[in-house]
Amino acid sequence: MGDILLTFHNFGFQYNAQSSPTLYDINFTVERGDKILIAGPSGCGKSTLVHCMNGLIPFSYKGEMTGSLTLRGSETAAMSLFDISKHVGTVLQDADAQFVGLTVAEDIAFALENDCVPQAELITRVREVAELVNIAGYLDHAPGELSGGQKQRVSVAGVLVDDVDILIFDEPLANLDPATGKQAVELIDEMQKQTGAAVIIVEHRLEDVLYKSVDRVVLMQEGRIIADMDPDTLLSTDILRDNGIREPLYLSALKYAGVSITPDKHPWNISKIILDEADARKVHNWYCSKDAEAADAPGETLLDVRDVCFSYNDGIPILKNISLSIGRGEMVAIVGTNGAGKSTFAKVVCGFEEALSGTISFAGDDFCSYSIMERAEKIGYVMQNPNQMISKIMIYDEVALGLRTRNVPEDEIRERVEHALKICGLYRFRNWPVSALSYGQKKRVTIASILVLEPRMIILDEPTAGQDFRHYTDIMDFLERLNRDGITIVMITHDMHLMLEYAKRAVVFSDGRIIADDTCSNILTDPEIVAAASLKETSLYELALKCGIDDPRGFVQRFIDYERRTVREARQDG
Amino acid sequence: MVNLFNYIDRPSAIHRLTGATKLICLLLWSFAAMYTYDTRFLVVLSVTGILLFAVGHIHLSDVSFMLGFTFAFLVINSIAIYLLSPRHGTEIYGTCTFLFGMSGRYAPTAEQLFYHLNYFLKYLASIPIILLFVSTTNPSEFAASLNRIHVPYSIAYAVALALRYIPDVQQQYHEISQAQQARGIEMSRKASLTRRLKSATSILIPLIMSSMEKIEIISNAMELRSFGKNKKRTWYMERRFCAADILCIAACVLLVAAAVALNFINGGRFYNPFI
Amino acid sequence: MKRFGVKAIVATAIGAALFFVLGRFVAIPSGIPDTNISIQYGILGFIAAVFGPIVGVLAGLIGHFFIDFSFGWGVWWSWVIASAVFGLLAGIGMNKADIDGGEFGKAGAIRFNIVQIIAHLISWVVVAPVLDILIYAEPANKVFLQGLVSAGINIVATGIVGTLLCFAYAATIPKKGSLKEED
Repeated sequence: MGDILLTFHNFGFQYNAQSSPTLYDINFTVERGDKILIAGPSGCGKSTLVHCMNGLIPFSYKGEMTGSLTLRGSETAAMSLFDISKHVGTVLQDADAQFVGLTVAEDIAFALENDCVPQAELITRVREVAELVNIAGYLDHAPGELSGGQKQRVSVAGVLVDDVDILIFDEPLANLDPATGKQAVELIDEMQKQTGAAVIIVEHRLEDVLYKSVDRVVLMQEGRIIADMDPDTLLSTDILRDNGIREPLYLSALKYAGVSITPDKHPWNISKIILDEADARKVHNWYCSKDAEAADAPGETLLDVRDVCFSYNDGIPILKNISLSIGRGEMVAIVGTNGAGKSTFAKVVCGFEEALSGTISFAGDDFCSYSIMERAEKIGYVMQNPNQMISKIMIYDEVALGLRTRNVPEDEIRERVEHALKICGLYRFRNWPVSALSYGQKKRVTIASILVLEPRMIILDEPTAGQDFRHYTDIMDFLERLNRDGITIVMITHDMHLMLEYAKRAVVFSDGRIIADDTCSNILTDPEIVAAASLKETSLYELALKCGIDDPRGFVQRFIDYERRTVREARQDG
Repeated sequence: MVNLFNYIDRPSAIHRLTGATKLICLLLWSFAAMYTYDTRFLVVLSVTGILLFAVGHIHLSDVSFMLGFTFAFLVINSIAIYLLSPRHGTEIYGTCTFLFGMSGRYAPTAEQLFYHLNYFLKYLASIPIILLFVSTTNPSEFAASLNRIHVPYSIAYAVALALRYIPDVQQQYHEISQAQQARGIEMSRKASLTRRLKSATSILIPLIMSSMEKIEIISNAMELRSFGKNKKRTWYMERRFCAADILCIAACVLLVAAAVALNFINGGRFYNPFI
Repeated sequence: MKRFGVKAIVATAIGAALFFVLGRFVAIPSGIPDTNISIQYGILGFIAAVFGPIVGVLAGLIGHFFIDFSFGWGVWWSWVIASAVFGLLAGIGMNKADIDGGEFGKAGAIRFNIVQIIAHLISWVVVAPVLDILIYAEPANKVFLQGLVSAGINIVATGIVGTLLCFAYAATIPKKGSLKEED
């Protein structure tokens, strides 16, 4: 038995503003050296559980607690937030909000400054911790000069500086590109081994976290813990799928092939899984039973970009001779690291920024002579966070905004707004305030407010960032329907699943250039491109290799086609 | 990102002074310059201020843009004063000496021109020192130094945090305004005034909403890292006072004393050559 | 009056940052030559109304100080202080208005506007000119005229921007209401 750090016993919690509890009957313990993954769909109570552990409940968010929650033997309700934070460190999802210092060194020192540690000690301690997380070369850098992964390292250092016993990571992978996410998982693993602290990771990207081992997975649903077991056992059940959590892709493939998953096969990680000959044969047979689908012939060219270069005033080139054609009716993913030029490309196309050289044409017209407003009637741009776009109180007004600024007559506005709202499944809510909607619905409002201008193409920046599997599926199925109705869709994304499942083609940006433009299955199985663009190989590829399939790319492609045809269309029709 | 505060990292005697010293000197110097209207004293302050540029290794080219801006502003202000109060100098100095044989409401008087000279000098006396402060003080240290001069640390940290989040807010504003322009939001002269303001609001509402969310998350993040635990806190960026610091502060105290003394000698804030 | 806790500190900082960015980079022509509308006062009025006078005074002070500082044209203390006074008065006048609780209707809007008009008049027609006279010995008619023009422009800007912000923010606070889906 290890040293027990945290114990929930018949614990429950209800926010003051809410009419029913958010957490019920929570029983679980955290021991020194544990590594626990907490998963569950949005609204299952996992954030509330984290707030209970780090003390924000009851100190910042008021409500009623039942049962008991003890930290190293004392009830947390009797402690102060500051006592708790000496033992429990939290790395928040939003690395920019957590970074409160003007430079890396000041941010790492922050907790110690608040504890009145003398300056000489601050300096040595900051250096030690910075070396531990490998950020010591950046001590005098401002947050704006760091990448997302580096900011996260600073956040980790800022928490480790306190010698905490428990480290909580709240959705650590949400804002990172795939390769950086992989490094983050490695970092978490390393920190746990070096400090011996217990680590709790809250994340719904199960497969990505399980790149390194965890001891237990705690699954939550509707305020209760519905599973608390080792990953091998959990993955051998259907609990994940039944509760709206995505299971690892290789397991889906194995299940389609009729392979039974048992804990002794170590299904938690694709490189650890043990498959016998019979299993491999089943996979092989499944592969052979599916035909390769002919790729759709691309439609006529809609957007044609030739030799576009761009840089900001500082003269550092962001886009270097970009040439790209997108055909009518395509659904394309644009991928690559942060700073590779993906978003800048979209901004140049939409006219937010002006290209230094090169040509952009849309349906044969010279796009460069169009104003921002004129371009928006051809290509709509949807920002990542809907809260950054919504500027009206009422849904109807929000969707109508683009038409009103264009002086469209009010009765035509009504017709077009109602049409857009119907497409987006929001018609019933047309007289509601935007604030009454969920995040996913707000996203649809922003899409509706773009669609109302009747663009032929929309560009979406990270359409599903931070969404759980159910919301992800909702948004993506919706986009796919739009695409089937003839709207060309371009998605800028870090999400390899999204790209693989929904895009037929991917364009890979790296350091201001396009380094690949191919089917998603070809790209995600090409180690060179994967490495150059900080992507992540799909586990399906490794599975295919493991099962001795001679054409792993073909295997990946058939898996996608199968899912698209059978699973997804069944869901969308039902 | 543009360097908003024009900090220029060049080792010099002035860079080596602590932020607290520079802040105290800035306040004392500004007070002296604001208090007095003694022409001779203002000339001394102006010349010394400009000489200090050399000590701080700041070249005129580093600040020429800002100087140009200030100059334009001063000219506009002077013209406004002249148009509205062409006899202001006479009121102050008590005499009226017409120049060039002219007379009438807008005829130049020696008193008025002398007043304008003083008005100019007054800015010339304080601006170099502000530019010097801006160019030689690291913003982080500035926040730490506020606490050092006994501004409560909660306020000092608010200053530091404002500095921290200005680039983020700026970026966000930029992105939101681009997306709203695509929807047809117009803020240029073409639109009417109320329409312009309403357009601005379409950008400000998303900006404010995400800022309000941010306030909540940041304050949680700070509390989780013990902010506000003690009545005091230490500062990573703080620096110790040395002899030069004390010397500079003493010199600036003397300046203030001189300004006050001149007040008595001149029998008022103005040095009056006309009597 | 609200306690100056961690949230107030952060609100001060973000408020000052918003004030700064809008004042420094966003120029909306007013129609009067060389005079831009200062929409930052709409934000300051809103922040002060939500978070109270202490946050208002400090956000105005810090934000305006940074604007002058960043332009490098010298710190115009009289105007910096006037901005701070506006934040203070708007905060005092809107004390316990409970925009945070989702309460902001017609009555709230009228109150907000009475408060902002008085606050601007005091700041720009009393505080700023008097300080200009004391510090720079500028002629009274010039500074009062300048003050009146500023007050007028700021009142219009705050009246539109600030009021709309208050409405929009109050609308996002969840209230138990009867929202009905319609077919």
